[in-house]
Amino acid sequence: MLAKRIIPCLDIRDGMVVKGTNFGGIREVSPPVELASFYNLSGADELVFYDITASSEGRKLFTETLKKVAACIFIPLTVGGGITTVEDFGRVLKCGADKVSVNSGAIADPQLIGRAAKRYGNQCVVLSMDVKRVDGKFTVFSHGGRVNTGICAEEWAYRGQEEGAGELVLNSIDTDGVKGGFDCEMLNEVCKRLTIPVVASGGAGCKEDFLTLFKEVPKADAGLAASVFHYKEIDIEKLKLYLKANGVPMRTA
Amino acid sequence: MIAVIDYGVGNLYSLSSSLSFLGIENTVTADKNKINDASAVILPGVGAFSDAYAKLQAGGLIPVLESQVKAGKPLLGICLGMQMLFSKSLEYGEHKGLGYISGTVAPISPDLKQQVKVPHMGWNSLCFKKPSSLYKYVNDGEYVYFVHSFYAKECEESVIATAVYGGTELTASVERDNVFGTQYHPEKSGATGLKILRAFCELK
Repeated sequence: MLAKRIIPCLDIRDGMVVKGTNFGGIREVSPPVELASFYNLSGADELVFYDITASSEGRKLFTETLKKVAACIFIPLTVGGGITTVEDFGRVLKCGADKVSVNSGAIADPQLIGRAAKRYGNQCVVLSMDVKRVDGKFTVFSHGGRVNTGICAEEWAYRGQEEGAGELVLNSIDTDGVKGGFDCEMLNEVCKRLTIPVVASGGAGCKEDFLTLFKEVPKADAGLAASVFHYKEIDIEKLKLYLKANGVPMRTA
Repeated sequence: MIAVIDYGVGNLYSLSSSLSFLGIENTVTADKNKINDASAVILPGVGAFSDAYAKLQAGGLIPVLESQVKAGKPLLGICLGMQMLFSKSLEYGEHKGLGYISGTVAPISPDLKQQVKVPHMGWNSLCFKKPSSLYKYVNDGEYVYFVHSFYAKECEESVIATAVYGGTELTASVERDNVFGTQYHPEKSGATGLKILRAFCELK
């Protein structure tokens, strides 16, 4: 039986993992190979690397970092951030990425999804979406959640699938960082018509939130989180044993 | 020395890195002499069957592979590399394969008993069907990573492990004499995958 996946997300800037601000407001960083190895050993099913640098030097450093990680972590790697052309897909795939996630780049040019899928296969094209409620409607935001595109989230998700995306990451801006649980209402609504795998993101605060996600959103194949894993508020190994004990199929050692 | 066949299909970085990580000498190559000198050969592959087969052919690699198999050298096909070991594939028309193992590569969807997503993508557990030296370090039920929409069927006698998806047993790996195949990606299957690669590289 196919296991549900638990995915830590690592934001990379200037060759280091930026952990996000903790409660004291201090920005902490970690060496990526070290953190990735830690997640690999603790049972993460996949890792997402997100490039949050804007400069070309930063981008070069990012691909070098990626290569180092891919040389010692033998689980699937998804890479995102700054992907706007088919060449960007090639650049990160060559460094050991298995899947490439595209967000604002696909909103600006929806056919990028199809071109990349044709060249590299649907399985490696991931459409990532930031969704927020606007006047009661689930709406797509671009540019790291700053720009309201006015696009209906359910329609965009379906269009992404039809264009050739092999997987969808749905991040809820409303629940992101709140640690009050995943946005099950949004997830169920937006993935209604989808047949591709869905990764839920935004809102995980405790292990029970993952159980609620997999029980209430049957279409969710994976749960993604960042800071709760980075700050060891949730231990992945214990989380997976807990989910397994509660009937969620999990890969455990 | 393990030869990883490079015929311009897919990314071989992870595969080569995982062998190096295990301390196993390896070379990513299309060179006939290097392949002849290798102790074992790995045939990787992603993408479409007919494209990949045409590239093998264009590279003059089919007779090279055939002589390795005849000489009794261990050969491991991974993912599409495994599918090419079979007699034929029904992926977008009917295509001839290398024919080292008898069987047909067919779409997963029509054979599924329950409605599930295709491709079969993610971690699934292995169900052992026969004892195999490929699994000497691995237990029944361990998880490996799959990404595929087609699978090998009509090959019961060669199947060493399956994975259950949508109520159907999909061929996960095969063995016939010195020829092995894994539908999953051992180079992406964490510690379990590394153990499988190690066992393959230890074959004589």
